[in-house]
Amino acid sequence: MLAVVGLLVFGLAIKGSSGLAVGDPVPTAAMPVLEGDGSQSLAGYRGRWVLVNFWASWCPPCRAEASALEDFQRQYGGPRFAVLGIDTRDLSEDGRDFVEEFDLSYPQLRDGDGDVSHDFGTTGLPESFLVDPAGKLRLHAPGAVDEDYLNEAVAPLLPKEES
Amino acid sequence: MRARIALVAALALALLAPKAGAAEQASLTEIEKQVMCPVCGTLLQLAESPQAQRERVFINRLIDEGKSEAEIKDALEAEYGDEVLALPPDSGFSLSAYVVPILALLIAAAALAIGVLRWRRAGGGSDGDDGSMRPPAPSERDSERLDADLARYDL
Repeated sequence: MLAVVGLLVFGLAIKGSSGLAVGDPVPTAAMPVLEGDGSQSLAGYRGRWVLVNFWASWCPPCRAEASALEDFQRQYGGPRFAVLGIDTRDLSEDGRDFVEEFDLSYPQLRDGDGDVSHDFGTTGLPESFLVDPAGKLRLHAPGAVDEDYLNEAVAPLLPKEES
Repeated sequence: MRARIALVAALALALLAPKAGAAEQASLTEIEKQVMCPVCGTLLQLAESPQAQRERVFINRLIDEGKSEAEIKDALEAEYGDEVLALPPDSGFSLSAYVVPILALLIAAAALAIGVLRWRRAGGGSDGDDGSMRPPAPSERDSERLDADLARYDL
């Protein structure tokens, strides 16, 4: 009986994990690269600011924000900052088609079973998380982002380029 | 000799033919009952979300490629993880989904049997020394009243 109760508590603990709060360290589980072989984790981005964007090809708001994210990456991307896409609960081929369709140049990882998305505590798609160089959450944007949001909320937090 | 070889070959073909034909072609309707729409959290059969539609397109494409039901389920698992299967796999931690209910049932049955045995040994539900069910013996006063009542009747 104790074993059964223990199993139930364990299940609830797993399912009941809450979302991240600003200042929390973000999950660093390794994920397969969407285009190509191998895997990467957010731990590999320590020392850089990263805008983690969860998306899926079947999600219309994700399509709406894709161009704004790409423009932002082109403007701010470099050794100190990168946009990182995470294609979640999506077919890999559909994800690759999406990347090609929007000509996305920033790195893309794959979270097919949605475990990483769950660890971040996402409640829908798309969702974006700005992670600082220490691997801690600095900003959470549920829903689609646009050019105004990126320029007004994200850009001021990023380090200024040295001239 | 040749006739015998031909006969054996014909028999072997006859035995193998039904087996080859038994590899049924996978159908979307059947697979939809066995896999989930991971985002919707329901059987694919009941899901109408955009993700479910993409999943159906994926399954149909594999059916067109001649993949078997098992191969298609494997492909879905590779894409979405094992949560896409309506029934968890019977290996690893998922095995507990099958084992725990059976164990719980066995433990409950054993506890019930032990409880009944102890109750019986403690004489629960019976007054007789031999464990049989008997009504309690009347008190002395009740016996006297009964005798007095019976004496008033000429039986």
